[in-house]
Amino acid sequence: MVNGYAGKFLEIDLANKKIEEITFSDKIIQDYMGGRGLGVKILWDRLGNKWETIDPLGPENILLMLTGPFTGYFLGARTCVTGKSPQGNGIIGSTVGGEFGVELKCAGYDGIIFTGKAEKPSYVFICDDNIEIKDASHIWGKTSRESMRYLIKDSINDIKKIHPNYGEFKEPSVLYVGPAGENKSRVAAVAAKYTHAAGYGGYGGVMGSKNLKAVVVKGFGPLPDVIDQDKMLELSQEFSDNCFKIEFFRRWGTGSGGYTFGADSSSEPVRNWQEEWHNEESYKGEEFDKLWVKKYWGDFGCPVTCLKLAVLRDGKYDGAICDNPDYELEAFLGTNLGIFSPEQNIYLSYIIEELGFCGIQGGAILGFTGELFQRGIISKEDLGGIDLEWGNVDAFAELARKIAFREGIGDVLAEGIYRAALKLEEMKEKEVLKYAIHLKGMAIGAHGLRSGKDLVTPTSIGYSVSVQAGDHTSSAALPIDGRGSELRSIMSDSGVYCNFTTFTLAFAQIASFYQAVTGWELTKERWFGEKALRILQLQRTVSLLGGPDAEWRSKQDDTLPSRFWEPLPSGPLKGESIDRNTFEKLKSEYYTAVGWNEEGVPTSEILQKLDLKDVESKLKKEGLL
Amino acid sequence: MQNVNNLWIKRIYEKCSGCRRCEITCSLHHEGKIWPEASRVRVFMLVPGVEIPHLCFQCNDYPCVGGCPEEALSVDDQTGAIITDKSKCTACGICINACPGRVPHLHPQDDHIVICDLCGGKPKCTATCQEGKWDTLILSESQDVETEKIPAKTPKELAHETARKILGEKATEEVYEW
Repeated sequence: MVNGYAGKFLEIDLANKKIEEITFSDKIIQDYMGGRGLGVKILWDRLGNKWETIDPLGPENILLMLTGPFTGYFLGARTCVTGKSPQGNGIIGSTVGGEFGVELKCAGYDGIIFTGKAEKPSYVFICDDNIEIKDASHIWGKTSRESMRYLIKDSINDIKKIHPNYGEFKEPSVLYVGPAGENKSRVAAVAAKYTHAAGYGGYGGVMGSKNLKAVVVKGFGPLPDVIDQDKMLELSQEFSDNCFKIEFFRRWGTGSGGYTFGADSSSEPVRNWQEEWHNEESYKGEEFDKLWVKKYWGDFGCPVTCLKLAVLRDGKYDGAICDNPDYELEAFLGTNLGIFSPEQNIYLSYIIEELGFCGIQGGAILGFTGELFQRGIISKEDLGGIDLEWGNVDAFAELARKIAFREGIGDVLAEGIYRAALKLEEMKEKEVLKYAIHLKGMAIGAHGLRSGKDLVTPTSIGYSVSVQAGDHTSSAALPIDGRGSELRSIMSDSGVYCNFTTFTLAFAQIASFYQAVTGWELTKERWFGEKALRILQLQRTVSLLGGPDAEWRSKQDDTLPSRFWEPLPSGPLKGESIDRNTFEKLKSEYYTAVGWNEEGVPTSEILQKLDLKDVESKLKKEGLL
Repeated sequence: MQNVNNLWIKRIYEKCSGCRRCEITCSLHHEGKIWPEASRVRVFMLVPGVEIPHLCFQCNDYPCVGGCPEEALSVDDQTGAIITDKSKCTACGICINACPGRVPHLHPQDDHIVICDLCGGKPKCTATCQEGKWDTLILSESQDVETEKIPAKTPKELAHETARKILGEKATEEVYEW
């Protein structure tokens, strides 16, 4: 019995409708923890030797929904969604807030492994050990909210059959895709509630490729036992008290960032990153605040409750509801499209969620198309009559709809900025790729690097050497055992907890919580020098292997989008730029620190040290090492 | 003792964050583990963002107590809370239907009903809610109880009311139905 874990996983073969329970050895659980780390291990073991041949949107890809040993016990529950990414062709550990992981553990499972492709649109219903693959034909094509209403209704009626006489049923938790995911868009999210999304990675498209509309879960059991509950609760209280003191996040969440990241740090994308500065007063936190419900909103166990509910009660967009929007959405569905109105930003966030996009990746494709329109590379006719002027929220909403349903040019754009750019270069015989602000197939988070003043990604190599490329929640920094290190993100994504609750915590404090739950000691040296480093090497390796339609050659692709090499064009920090020499120097230092050779490939030495000889063989076989 | 109903948990639905820390603390107190389904207060989210912490309303006429054919339910004369005698309860569910708010529910594992017992006079949920400054569940005492008490309603009714209040009429169309 491993404490803090349910002790078994569900493996669901969608093609053959086969459902079984599987387990992993204690060693694997100790080494890879859960969530991102365990996901990487499962994917490597099953697909590693043929990685480059696996189509992320094909039936051979594996989709994982995993909890971790922190899920449910720690402050703010999340669930990790992963698989081979249709954006970067490696692995992204993408997490989403909400009760899904808690319900799953209470149902008796630490995670779900989906293989194959269902014959027809389906959803999976889990109520403890009652598991069924059910028909989703009646909800296929419906928007997020309408889908949810059907799913909850059908599921509660099913739960009633299992527990007659029980009383009122609390709604089960659901991870779902909207139309964008159904239509295999590479920028679709796996979503929960309103605007809760595992966005990075494009796993909404993977669900669609498996004909999997949703997973519904209700668990009637307790969370699994922990080894030292008193200690765990004591730490939980201490950490919560810390969070209660951080008034800023409770008051504003990240919802005041739409103004401050532009005006103060010049690191916000404006009109497809053509600028990173604006000081539009209309976009201040106070203006968003007027549209927020006056309460805190959060997920299971959260002491921070950084979410805000935004609602439009009148005017053209009456009835639009979304959360916050948070800073990323304020940027990607606002400033990056030339939209500086909170109302319009809320409306577009609502539309994006209804269609099932990742706000960042989906917003990036809208911004990219906006710039192509600005430059006359794409015409109104190309867009099926849409006049895609910056700031025209109705035009961007209509384009989003076309992309979700792959109508007209939407079919090309649904592939995300990198692949759409390649296709458009062919179609238009013009240079397009330089307007796709991507790294290794992914749009980057709304944290520009040129000013050097961004709070989230202050270092120029942050995205370039990250194994999750543009993911601002997993950016890299030196020292590798420091607070900003990607190896610490691997901890939160593998333990599966919200990093907004751990700002003030030292690694040792987080490790002591882990020990109270599992009974296993975790020293800083073991995590940063061994376990997390092992997960990092695996992620790096699959990113290098890539395929079948894209691969990233480390040295040249560990770079920045071309626009990021130009000086900032406007604002008080105009002229600031990234020095190439410093960048290259930092990159080299980073390679050395994590055990990569000068080409950015994990060395035999580090792979052998971390007991990854099969990885070494594979890299050698493919001529990468 | 004539102190019947001298405690009551006031609930301000429009402020609930949905953090469910009340469920966590309640189940820890009553079951010794984190067990959302066994919690005596359960947070229903029948439309995202509209969070309804649902627990005993301590009706003046206690229809659940009157309805119980096994005399398994009684009223604590100190607090006014319902006390469940697990040894008598047969999990027949009559009290659930007797309750105008459909508050009681079966224990997810054992054969008895679970109803809030106000933790014997010092409710854990209100302390947790206050500590986090959400101010949704608030303990009322003695003279305030009679004026603050509200009639029991079902989670669906409360979700409609609260959605209308905080999100507007249109949002009520989104409340989950079954």
